[in-house]
Amino acid sequence: MASATVPATGKTRFDWAQPFVYLVALVVVAVTVAPVVYVVLNGFRSTAQINRDPSGWPTPWVWDNYAGVLGNEMFWTQFLNSTIVAVATTAGVVVLGVMAAFVIARYDFRGRSALFTLFTAGLMFPLTVAVLPLFTMLRTLGLLGNLLAVIVPQVAFQMSMTIIILVPFLRSVPAELEDAASIDGASRFGFFRRILLPLSGPGLVTVGVIAFVTSWNAYLLPLLMLGNPATATLPVGVQYFSTAYSQDTAGVLAFTSLAMVPALLFFTFAQRRIVGGLTGAVKG
Amino acid sequence: MAAPEVTAGRVQVARPAPAAPPRRRRRPLRDTALVWGFAAPALVVYIGFVILPVVLAAVFSFFNWNGLGPLDRFIGLDNYVRAFSDPVFLGALRNNITIVVLSLVIQGPLAIGIALLLNRRLRGRTLIRTLIFVPYVLSEVVAGLAFRLMLPPGGPFDTFLTSLGWTGTKPQWLADPDVAFWTLFAVLTWKYLGLAIILMLAGLQGIPEELHEAAALDGASWWQTQLRITIPLLGPTVRIWAFLSIIGSLQLFDMVWILTGGGPLNATQTMATYMVDIGNGRSQIGFGSAVAVILFFVSLVIALIYQRAVLRRDMAGAVTRGG
Repeated sequence: MASATVPATGKTRFDWAQPFVYLVALVVVAVTVAPVVYVVLNGFRSTAQINRDPSGWPTPWVWDNYAGVLGNEMFWTQFLNSTIVAVATTAGVVVLGVMAAFVIARYDFRGRSALFTLFTAGLMFPLTVAVLPLFTMLRTLGLLGNLLAVIVPQVAFQMSMTIIILVPFLRSVPAELEDAASIDGASRFGFFRRILLPLSGPGLVTVGVIAFVTSWNAYLLPLLMLGNPATATLPVGVQYFSTAYSQDTAGVLAFTSLAMVPALLFFTFAQRRIVGGLTGAVKG
Repeated sequence: MAAPEVTAGRVQVARPAPAAPPRRRRRPLRDTALVWGFAAPALVVYIGFVILPVVLAAVFSFFNWNGLGPLDRFIGLDNYVRAFSDPVFLGALRNNITIVVLSLVIQGPLAIGIALLLNRRLRGRTLIRTLIFVPYVLSEVVAGLAFRLMLPPGGPFDTFLTSLGWTGTKPQWLADPDVAFWTLFAVLTWKYLGLAIILMLAGLQGIPEELHEAAALDGASWWQTQLRITIPLLGPTVRIWAFLSIIGSLQLFDMVWILTGGGPLNATQTMATYMVDIGNGRSQIGFGSAVAVILFFVSLVIALIYQRAVLRRDMAGAVTRGG
């Protein structure tokens, strides 16, 4: 009734504000994308062009830089390393996380609340604090330079956030479903696999996306654990490339923008999941 | 039965099970095995690679140790004394705190303001929101590199400023110790403002439209509605954003390492860059661990104070429910 008489946007009263809003939006978007556009666009110029006029348009368009990077074996090695690390981290986080969250959410057992507290306490231990001892530990294990030296610590450090997000999800599945499944002869594991997992799909996707994002962008851990370019992930590789070929500005720009692409494609689509995950902790 | 309609037949709950006697729900012995069987993998990885290294950091911090050789030169609190008497570390600590405060004071209001504007009905709102989110999804390395390429003296950014009419000499954005810290903060704002805006927008979506209508009916102006209704109701979102921002600012490493490496003249050093520099670069694992422990306690104290004072109500559901 009220909504019929008062337009929700207040459009009739605040029309004058619309141009201002668009102006602000335009400025924010311009400032936001300018650096990205700069890097991508200047990857299409030669270093000579860039030196002549640092903020010009590609004339003519040069494809060699991008072709060079795409033909660079190191780029693909690092791309593959990043992919392996991110996929393995995501799988590890989701599988181990959902198993632990399942029992915490749906079982009564001695030590349950202690277990949950232990996992949530992990939010207080940032990776930065642990990274030097991790380095010495993994060196002792002979794992430096091995992708596992990044994957396993990443899984461990994602566990707290994962369990905090998943426990409420798994708990919200009504107990009646469990009873019904039990009456129909499903074991508790059968209930977990056939009912709980499918129903908690959105939560699993959120957790997985956050794990993937974090892993794909990670720098400190791969920097310390992986060492040389051939075993590095993309963020470390980009940094190596920019140092090694600092004279080849155009090449560095092309390498940088190609390193952006997978993140941009994947994460733009996953935006809602990431935000959902970050705000999920508030809604509890 | 609710299951089939929820899961659209993917889960065949209703499938008749041949000889299935109704079972009792508590089966203690088997359940205990299942519980710990399920929890064990996560627990082992978590204890081995989160708890253990943190404990080791605390232990190492009492030793003079280069990371190799035997751990036998116990020096008590000397590493901590050394950290707190090193002007470079104190500068790094001050930089961290400054970034925490500046982020809250500048990025917060900016994000709320922009989110309020963008929450109106706009053409292309989805596109705008997606674009605003772009910096957040880039790694700090890639973003930092992009800015490093744009900011050299006489580089594209300077040329752009000249074309805007600033013909004079530009500051050395990354090389001047008096300027570099502000450049760093500007780049961080670029990187994280989008996330703040998106979070605020998500929070705004949760505020019922009816409240605005009621306020409008009562004759409130748009500004009054925002100030009296929207912003107070945005409280939980602002508080969780502030928490993420504080923790992130205290851990800051990647962007600084790429952009300035902590320089020039340690002007942009943070606790984390200082720690990696001495721990990894100079193999002083003992001293580096002491810095890590200090970093941990600074984060912990701030987090606890914040949680006690501000967050308790919001987080109540998430953190305490399992207990």
